[in-house]
Order: sequence, then structure tokens, then C-alpha cells
Amino acid sequence: MKTEIDFCGIKMKNPVTVASGTFGYGRGHSEFIDLNKLGAIITKGTSLKPKTGNKPPRICETDSGMMNCIGLENPGLDYFMEVDLPWLKKFDTPIIVNCFGGTEGTVEAYVEICKVLNTLPIDGVEINLSCPNVKAGCLAFGTTYEGVKEITTACRKVLTSKPLIVKLTPNVTDITLPAKGAEDAGADGISLINTLTAMKIDIEKRKPILSINTGGLSGPAIKPVAVRMVYQASHAVKIPVMGLGGIMNGDDAIEFMLAGAKCISMGSANLVDPESSIKAIAGIEDYMKRHNIEDINSIIGAVEMN
Amino acid sequence: MAYKYKLDCEILDTEKIIEGIYKFKIKAPEIAEIAKAGQFLEIQVSTTGETFLRRPISIYNIEKAEGTVEFIFQVKGKGTEILSTKKVGDIINVIGPLGNGAFTVKDYKKVAIIGGGIGTYPLYELAKELKGRAETTMYMGFRNKSLVTLEKEFEEVASNVVITTDDGSYKEKGYAINVLKEDCKKEKPDIIFACGPLPMLKAVQEFANSENIKCEMSLEERMGCGIGACVGCNVRIVTENPDEVKYNYVCQHGPVFNSKKVII
Repeated sequence: MKTEIDFCGIKMKNPVTVASGTFGYGRGHSEFIDLNKLGAIITKGTSLKPKTGNKPPRICETDSGMMNCIGLENPGLDYFMEVDLPWLKKFDTPIIVNCFGGTEGTVEAYVEICKVLNTLPIDGVEINLSCPNVKAGCLAFGTTYEGVKEITTACRKVLTSKPLIVKLTPNVTDITLPAKGAEDAGADGISLINTLTAMKIDIEKRKPILSINTGGLSGPAIKPVAVRMVYQASHAVKIPVMGLGGIMNGDDAIEFMLAGAKCISMGSANLVDPESSIKAIAGIEDYMKRHNIEDINSIIGAVEMN
Repeated sequence: MAYKYKLDCEILDTEKIIEGIYKFKIKAPEIAEIAKAGQFLEIQVSTTGETFLRRPISIYNIEKAEGTVEFIFQVKGKGTEILSTKKVGDIINVIGPLGNGAFTVKDYKKVAIIGGGIGTYPLYELAKELKGRAETTMYMGFRNKSLVTLEKEFEEVASNVVITTDDGSYKEKGYAINVLKEDCKKEKPDIIFACGPLPMLKAVQEFANSENIKCEMSLEERMGCGIGACVGCNVRIVTENPDEVKYNYVCQHGPVFNSKKVII
């Protein structure tokens, strides 16, 4: 039974990765699971300089999911290089660094961090064009074909030795446009979806619960939206798609792969159950056994439409 | 060796202390073995989708020999409502013990412990562990007589117990912090431990810092993972430059913080 996947040249033992921002740099989860077993680790969104996030409260539960407005808080690239990267290198698992352009959020800021990432012993770079909780960058580029193409082109120029993955937002009318923007700019792959912009109001206080009023919705509540968008995007571009959005187990992972995802990422599930990624790998293997699937690659995009 | 566990735990005992407040005892030998006063648990209250995130709940009592842990919670929403319906023999999934900042338990001469409302419960294990190691005075503040809980339990572990009610319906009228302040005029404690509602914690922090009394406070914030991954539960920390905003995380650096290091 073959579960290995080649995603943008990144060799993964299985198609299960962990989504940025839900797994930190792996330390918390390493007390519960063997990081060697994962397909890949995608780090927390990292900027060149340390970045402070939003005020509390910045997390809350919703029906079948949760919302966050962390605001891409992170210790910065120097800290990552000194502390977390050497630690992560102890594991036999590809490391994909999720990055963004810091508080400036400009094209130049994205390029600056990509220049450094290009020199590091990592396996891939995912650029975040989709966080709904920061003032600059990300969504400013991520919602249009032109915006995604512009910033991806700039990052591609300096990211000469690493696979480049563009993480897309679902907060658009037509997901195929930013997907094509990434492809046309030379991205190696795309990942989708990031969170959906949302709001939850405390009716007693007549105020939104999250400190910046809105936040990103994630969890099973968004899964059907994500599956639809993965299907649409994977049929619009030739580059491989990493699917995510509310995946809780192996069956969910299979659903995304049938829709067209070459690999998947688990996000909110990591918060609920630190072992969920490992359980999903077992779930995928179980599905393969039940359906006599020799190679997991054979189910990618294998959904038969009505 | 792992120092956090995720376990399916059998509920050994449930008790409704007063309306809306429940005490559960669970079998969790691994957690009991290493848990410290001030740490908490992340409890999965539903596996069928009614709730999504776990519920962080402080540990009330640890019985290492027995391999059990007790926690007390107030029904505040859907999650705690579901939890309150669990029965003896039911299994709940628990992650713990969580929090890297626990109360500092060691020999002291004189200790003040102050708790407000349901914030008194996480202080019980602390008072218990300090028994015989310090002269402890437990200051417990409640809104009114009907909410006064665990007086007897705290009397068994603390040297002295002071109870106040906001409306004077039981014992001393007023806020527990005011009694603490009066007592400090006679003799300052080596340390103040605090847990309770934010206004109480702010008053304790201001007093302890101005009097230069060491103070450890247990904080809470809306929480995601409980293991430092999502960084949702931020609390602002004191920085050299007062304009600089910097955060720590309740689950990772706390939940117990030095009163001089956080801005609440």
C-alpha cells in the first residue's frame, strides 16, 4: 500500500500535513505525537521581524467550528532560525515555512523574507495571501488574479531553490481567479482554503466577542465550502492543490483528495485533539484497505460528478 | 517521559455543590502523579458535535495515592451544561496537567490566599500543599450567602479562613481584598496567591505591587488548544518600553503569573 505523495517536489510519507497557525512550530504537539509520522509540518505564519498579534479575546467557539483573530503573532524569522528550525530538523519530516510580509505587508516585505527562506534548510515555502486578521498585506493581494500574480511573481524571482506554495482565501466570488494568478506567476502549488471572515456577537453585551470584531471561521462548519473550492481550483489549474478547511479525520481527508487535493492539511482539529493528524493517517490507510486502493495517488480528483 | 497526557478518564464521583456548580472526581493516575497546584485540564465535553473546542477547567484537588483528580465548574454555557449531565461511570477525554506556570509551593512564614467566587476552587490544592509549610490565611469573597461554598474544606487545610459577602448576608460584609489589606497593616505576608474575577485580581495586583509583596495570580482567557500551539489565550506582559505591546499565553506561560509581570 503506497501512501507517499510528491507535492511540488516535496516528498511526503503520506498526504497529511498540519496547517499553519494551528500547530505552532510543533513543540506543543510533539508531547502527544511523533512528528516523524507526518507528511509535512507547516509552520506558524512567520515574518522577518517579530510581530505582535491582536488584543484578547482572539479565539472563540462557534457552531461546528471556531473563530480566531490572532493576527499572525510570531517570534520572527531570526528566532525561528536559531531556536525552532534546528529543533524541527531533528525529525525526518519535510518543513514548509508559512510566511508573510510583517506589519508592512508590502510586496518588498514578502520578497525580503523569501530571500532568506531561499537559503535555509527547509523543504518549501507557503506564502500567506489570505489571513483575514491583519491590517496590511495578505487579503490586500489575495482576492484578485492580478494581486496574487503580482506578489507571487515577486516572491518567485527570489525563491529559486524552494517549492513555492500560495495559500488562498475563500473570501472571493471566484476561487479559480486567484488560483490562476498563482499558477501564471510560477507557483509550484496552491493551498486552500484559509478561514472565512466571520463575526459572532455577544447578545447580552451587544458587542462582538472577538477584540477586532471579526475573525476567521474554521472547523467542520467550513468544510463543504472548502471541498467545493478545492474541486473548482484543482480543475482550473495544472499545479497541485493542498486541500484544507475543517478536516477532522481520515474520511474528511479522502473527501478532499477525491475533490482534487493532492495532499491535505489539518487545522482546527489540532486544537481539539493533538493526535488528530496521526489518527487521520490511520483513517486514510483504513479507507485504502476497505477499497483495495494500492496507491493513494489514484484517488486524487477521482470524484465522479453527477 | 511525557509530562502532559491525553486520557479517557472515568468519572468516579459527581456532586452538585450548589445550584449550577458541580464537583467531579475522575480517575487519572498519570495526571495526578505529576499535576501541580494551579494547573488545569482541557476537557472534551462532547464527542458528537454539540461543542467543538475543549473546556479549560482548573484542578481543585489532586490525590496522588488514589490516582484521582477533582475539578469544580460552573455551568456557564453549552459546554459546561453538557458536562454537568455526565454521570458516575461515564468516560470523558481529558488533556492535562496543563500550564507551565503553577503556584510556587515551598516553605513560607506567612501566606495570604485570596479567591473570589468560583476562583476560590483552584486555590484549594495550593492551600492543601502549604499546610504545615506556612501559616496560611484564606480570604474567600462571594456575592452573597447562597454562593458561599467549600468553607469547611478550606478550614481543614488553611490556618485561618476569612469569608466576606458583598451584601453582608454571611460573615463579613464587603470585599475580601479589604480584609486582606487591613491584616497586612499588622503583618505583611511573604506572598499573596490570588484567583478570581478580573476586578478582584486588579485590586489585588495593585495592592501587592504597591506594597512590594510578592504575588502570584491565576489568570484565564478564552482558550483554543491549551498546549501553546494556537496562541489564542494571550495576556499582555510588562515591557521595558511601556508603549511596546507584548503577550504571553495563559496556557503556555501561565495560568499563574507574577503580578509584576502582567498587565490585566
